[in-house]
Amino acid sequence: MALSGMAIFKHMPKTNCGQCGVPTCLAFAMKLAAGGASLDQCPFVSEEAKAVLAEASAPPIRGVTIGEGEFALKVGEELVMHRHEKTFFNPCGYALMIEDTEDAGAVARKLAALKAATYERVAQKLRSNLVAVKNASGDGAKFASCVAAVAGAIEYPLVLMAEPAAIEAALAATPLKRPLLYAATKANLDAMAALAKKVGAPLAVKAASLDELGELTAKLDGLGVKDLVLDPGSRTLKETHQNLVYIRRAALKKKLRPFGYPIITFPAEETSDDMMETIHAAVYTIKYGGIVVLRDLSPEKAYALYVLRQNIYTDPQRPMQVEQGFYPINGADENSPVLITTNFSLTYFIVSSEVEGSKVPTWLGIVDTDGLSTLTAWAAGKFVPDRIAAFVNKADLASKVKHRTVIIPGYVAQLSGELEEELAGWKVVVGPREASELPAFLKALKPA
Amino acid sequence: MAFQAPVETSSGKIRELTLGAKKTAAVGGQNALAFHAFEGALPNAPKIALEVYDAAPADWGEELKRALGDVWADPVAWAKKCEGEFGADMVCLQLAGTDPNGLNRSVADAVATVKAVADAISVPLIVYGSGNTERDAEVLKAVAEATQGKNVVVGSAVEDNYKSIGAAALGYGCKVIGQTPIDVNMAKQLNILLTNLGVSIDNLLIDPSTGALGYGLEYSFSIHERIKLAALKQNDAMLQAPAVSNLGKEAWRAKEAKISQAEAPQWGDGRKRGIVWEALTATALMMAGSDILIMRHPEAAKLIRQTIAGLSA
Repeated sequence: MALSGMAIFKHMPKTNCGQCGVPTCLAFAMKLAAGGASLDQCPFVSEEAKAVLAEASAPPIRGVTIGEGEFALKVGEELVMHRHEKTFFNPCGYALMIEDTEDAGAVARKLAALKAATYERVAQKLRSNLVAVKNASGDGAKFASCVAAVAGAIEYPLVLMAEPAAIEAALAATPLKRPLLYAATKANLDAMAALAKKVGAPLAVKAASLDELGELTAKLDGLGVKDLVLDPGSRTLKETHQNLVYIRRAALKKKLRPFGYPIITFPAEETSDDMMETIHAAVYTIKYGGIVVLRDLSPEKAYALYVLRQNIYTDPQRPMQVEQGFYPINGADENSPVLITTNFSLTYFIVSSEVEGSKVPTWLGIVDTDGLSTLTAWAAGKFVPDRIAAFVNKADLASKVKHRTVIIPGYVAQLSGELEEELAGWKVVVGPREASELPAFLKALKPA
Repeated sequence: MAFQAPVETSSGKIRELTLGAKKTAAVGGQNALAFHAFEGALPNAPKIALEVYDAAPADWGEELKRALGDVWADPVAWAKKCEGEFGADMVCLQLAGTDPNGLNRSVADAVATVKAVADAISVPLIVYGSGNTERDAEVLKAVAEATQGKNVVVGSAVEDNYKSIGAAALGYGCKVIGQTPIDVNMAKQLNILLTNLGVSIDNLLIDPSTGALGYGLEYSFSIHERIKLAALKQNDAMLQAPAVSNLGKEAWRAKEAKISQAEAPQWGDGRKRGIVWEALTATALMMAGSDILIMRHPEAAKLIRQTIAGLSA
């Protein structure tokens, strides 16, 4: 956890040699504390001090990566209980659960649908992350062939849910890069630990209670298995929610290392109702789930979860922004009206949604205002006549439409005169103040 | 190693308000964060108020028509169905028809609708204006007068009309929802202004404004969390009023909720999609600390009721 500059300074050589690029050891310690330097920039720091500082600067919740390459999922490394305190960093991963007793054709169709359910929203790609294959049959051969089929059908990393022998056999037949092994328990701990080390994979730990969970992770850490994911074993909404809060607090506030790992949750095993499963997943997206395993990730549920995850994991200090440009809505053509507004994602979503609802073909011009909303951007000098005019000219609006009229938000009516001066040959019309008034406004517009 | 439960008790407590007259419902009263029964008292789980409109909705799409179309032209029948069939804890009458830029229904018409609905139900009644500041001042004052003794909740009072609505609350003894645009300090300030008028803090509720899933939910979520943390941990009296989320209308405004399956096949089942959109919006706001969820679709409300039961069990 973060040490203060003074605490770090105690471990410095205090020679003020300056070889780290900073004149004094104290200044270097301060820079380290602020995250602006790394310890290896100091050539004289002792091994002992390195160990102390590395231990102290390790994140309170370990980051764990499942899979490799483009589809790898990293979870953990969270620093706060509430997103407004800083931000949530590594969005939780959604896993689709497949049982090795399911019909092979049905599994193939599910995986194809899962792959197809990929969306783009505010320049982010939204999709699921993992497939969990469960050895429900108890038959090792069945499990191995199911794992092979799934791995052949989809690039997403796998969660392998079986006893160590079955996992080992499946991996021998189908080598995988860093699958999540599920799970070490009190009964199989040594075998699972050995397997995780042998194949170099992260390991989930399942316990019957938080007491037991802490004992198991401490043991695994002692055995040298560091990449762990916690399953507190509860399978009701109430208990799982409580465990998630307890574990996050234990890691962040009590600095309890045995609980400093991401958590896996199982809506799939908590309810058989598809809609309730989605809501359980929503609760664990909001409150501290690292991996969320579901049986049903059909688009009407999955898309809502992806958007929820995007909302919750958005950095509160950095508003989501939409790319600058002219967007045609409802099949806009050269005769369609042109609305101009800011690139604050919320402004964009609300305005575009109202325009779509109106069914009136319209161009929506989005000016880069660093993600500020209309009035704030105007006050900050980012939604002002010269910038709007420069955008209209640069985007060559004149080649997109035959008419010469642009419509600005009612809240910045005061810009209209100056904007007309900046935009020679264009007429500026003041639109409504609220997006909700746009449909009526657009429908009443006379053809340009 | 025995696990020491990292519980955190609070010095503050949300005020407990009793709403309604025939069949009352209590909200607030908790001294812990949402569903943290392991470290405090949660005497009242979040309540669900189902929406009723004063005029038949024009563009609600197929799914809502299927669920509500048989009653939505008749606010009294709609309200009775909310209480009887849908099991609403409360009814929220939205006087959208009074908007001068819309149907422009008269104050007398609005009052007649409110009285008819209030007489038809036993559960508490919340009455929201159209959101037109000037008209709401006029309409809500008349509503407060006409429902005196029924302990209704009227909303929303905003910066520009809180004096008239606050005065009505003082005169006729109703509860008032103060609405501010997604800002903790403004929510607090409005309650200070209303209490300075003489309205008791025990008659106030906070509506910090609602953004639906995908449409600003993250802002509403964090404002609710910050209000509850300030109320419970810093003991901030002016933020200890229960919070309201007017979320049904926001969730169903999203195109993801209402667009047909034919138009957006990539988003899956057109029937379930809107219900999920509203249910996840409600889930997030409830987890953040909202005490009253104003909802639209009876099936979304049913899912949330089941979720509240599951989290409280």
